[in-house]
Amino acid sequence: MRFAVVVFPGSNCDTDMFYAIKEALGEDAHYVSYRESNLSNYDAILLPGGFSYGDYLRSGSIASFAPVMEAVREYAELGKPVLGVCNGFQILLETGLLPGAMKRNDHLKFICETTPIIVTNNQTMFSSEYRQDERISLPIAHAEGNYECDDQTFDELKRHNQIVFQYADNPNGSKGDIAGICNKQGNVLGMMPHPERATVDLLGCDDGLRLFESILVNWREHHAVTS
Amino acid sequence: MVKVKVHVTLKEGVLDPQGKAVEKALQAKDFHGVSDMRIGKYMEFTLESSQVERQVEEMCEQLLANPVIEDYRYELEEVVTS
Repeated sequence: MRFAVVVFPGSNCDTDMFYAIKEALGEDAHYVSYRESNLSNYDAILLPGGFSYGDYLRSGSIASFAPVMEAVREYAELGKPVLGVCNGFQILLETGLLPGAMKRNDHLKFICETTPIIVTNNQTMFSSEYRQDERISLPIAHAEGNYECDDQTFDELKRHNQIVFQYADNPNGSKGDIAGICNKQGNVLGMMPHPERATVDLLGCDDGLRLFESILVNWREHHAVTS
Repeated sequence: MVKVKVHVTLKEGVLDPQGKAVEKALQAKDFHGVSDMRIGKYMEFTLESSQVERQVEEMCEQLLANPVIEDYRYELEEVVTS
């Protein structure tokens, strides 16, 4: 399986993401420039964390206009997997591929710690290798992870099972303890926790690996059916 | 040519963590009676356009503000060129 790791000016988790795919998962990973306009060669798109364009104006706001994002939008419409982690999640919110927005953490501090996460929906192509309501551990590292949306959007997220991950112990004030959401079609996931930083025991935790394994398992199943 | 001054703040009803912290800090400094503190962004630029208002609104909607959580308002001032 061919994974694209999109690199924006200011991305800083791209190497971790590349390592997670190449070494921990054992699949093909390729760095793709933010200038790229064709993503048809890839089976999944990964938007890594970092501070794209220095977080100027709002986190992810400038990156959402990078040439590659038009291609990501078209790619997502085809139902193929798109994962945004941390700043990648913020970029997906700014492009409108996912609903809502991020605010500063309620306590205004940057937080960097490993935190308990609940798998709220294991029926997605990103979470099928977890058990429903399983409690896992993942690292978080952000100052703006305080998810916000209006009540109507929040009801819709719940109704369509779009809340995939929730914090067991809300670290940032996020609405509904939201740590990760997907779109209605279930092929675009944004999450603040970093699964790519938790893929081998050496890193202290490997709970993130099954997220990438889920993508792979579902891709293989889909591929077996369609080919 | 006009000078455009744009103010962006979090929408009413959206809790502003920075605003709350600064409000409390003012109280700690013995400034009393302060409430509803909102912290926002201020941007100014000059614009040459035949449809100033429409353009500024589009800029705000598409980039300068995030309509999901932010409100914007703007002022226009004629730039006198000599």
